[in-house]
Amino acid sequence: MKKYIINIGARVIQIIRTIGHMFIFLMNSIYFIFSPPFKYRLLLKQIYFIGNKSVVVIILIGSFTGMVLALQIFYTLRKFGSEAMLGPAVALSLIRELGPVLSALTVTGRAGSAITAEIGIMRITEQIDALISMALNPMKYLVVPNMVAAIIVFPLLTAIFDVIGIFGGYLIGVKLLGLSSGTYFSQMKQYIDIVDIEIGLYKSISFGLIVSWISCYKGYYTSYGAEGVSKATTESVVLSSILILIWDYFIGSLYL
Amino acid sequence: MIEIIDLHKSFDGQEVLRGVNLKIEDKELIAIIGQSGGGKSVFLKHLIGLLKPDRGSIIIEGIDITKVRRKELDLVRQKFGVVFQGGALFDSLTVYDNIAFPLREKLMLHELKVRDRVEELLEDVGLSGIENKYPAEISGGMRKRVALARALVTEPKIVLFDEPTTGLDPILLHSIHDLIVETHRKYGFTGVIISHDIPEIFEVVDRVAFLYKGIIAEIGTPQEIQNSKNPVARQFLTGARNSLIKDL
Repeated sequence: MKKYIINIGARVIQIIRTIGHMFIFLMNSIYFIFSPPFKYRLLLKQIYFIGNKSVVVIILIGSFTGMVLALQIFYTLRKFGSEAMLGPAVALSLIRELGPVLSALTVTGRAGSAITAEIGIMRITEQIDALISMALNPMKYLVVPNMVAAIIVFPLLTAIFDVIGIFGGYLIGVKLLGLSSGTYFSQMKQYIDIVDIEIGLYKSISFGLIVSWISCYKGYYTSYGAEGVSKATTESVVLSSILILIWDYFIGSLYL
Repeated sequence: MIEIIDLHKSFDGQEVLRGVNLKIEDKELIAIIGQSGGGKSVFLKHLIGLLKPDRGSIIIEGIDITKVRRKELDLVRQKFGVVFQGGALFDSLTVYDNIAFPLREKLMLHELKVRDRVEELLEDVGLSGIENKYPAEISGGMRKRVALARALVTEPKIVLFDEPTTGLDPILLHSIHDLIVETHRKYGFTGVIISHDIPEIFEVVDRVAFLYKGIIAEIGTPQEIQNSKNPVARQFLTGARNSLIKDL
């Protein structure tokens, strides 16, 4: 029994220590974002990697999300005779909730895992040690560009996701289910507030920070060997996804 | 001069270094030999501040790097070049960019000067013409040479070699050793070489230190080490089994 309690205690201490370590890493990263020298070329490279290379998958997922959403919402609204509200319902769901969350989850799977694997491989092949031995700060080269790029790119990808999703909803609502184009868009204009767009923006910025933070941390402190990198990559995707959903609920409840 | 005083390091309760004492003179080439897993690479990582010791001091040109802050440590690190075991070349950069990296990022040299310096170094290590290849496209021996070129490009005062010939055939091994001697003659650095190449390494270095059970068990010129009466050192050099070092 005593041994059992000791084990639980040790595990709890370990978890607290890891959380503390992760927060110190985040604070250091934020500090280095604002301290020169600034690596603009690396930043552009990461914007291209996280952003540009995710556009196709974001368009694909955004369009089908909008289409499915329109189908389901239309089915519900018809029961209340409120089909005209399809436009605002699709747009609100996308702008406030699904756009930021689904685009963040998509980029986590596509770019977050790659960032963890890349930094992890640099760790196990001593490339990070090589940077340190050259008196260069690896955080500046590996973490800061990813973090700033994610903060810039996530809101843009979310915006693309929202727009494509709304047009996906338009295709189903107007072209398939016979709603008039004017109804779909004019109702949307009436019911969507600037606050809704702000919420989506705050969510996507914070998701960008969360995904890049976890991806870089897990890669930076990967354990040794191919197995270590594989484990770090899995943990990075799982933890990022969980934190995205928890943070989404937290921000969502604040703005209700 | 590098002076290591009573260096201790343990991982998860297992003592790897148990009081290493060593003085390395300016411009000498010294080899650290010892069993696999005996703490040689751990020792080397302490010299560049990649690991912090539990106890002891590492004094490099009068500065105890175990007690300085990061900025001061970075100033000391600028005196170093390191050839890592696997090369540690940046795999997303070409050979040229790998060698140019410290010049561009640390010394902020003009691109024309960078080009001249990189070309000179590539010639020194006998690799002219492969500038545009990526590390994955060249052989293990070439990677070691590129790593050496990158380590020397800033003309460091101290160069650390972590098993620079691991995984190479005997011909390549000798060519890397020759390269170390030639570049040492040309650049006049202080060199610390972690090596398993016995007896080949004896032709390269001025002194040899034998690390055993976390301490320097024997030190001297290659000749002295080869004639050592220390039974453990003798066993290590001859590779005899069933003797003092059971896991050799």
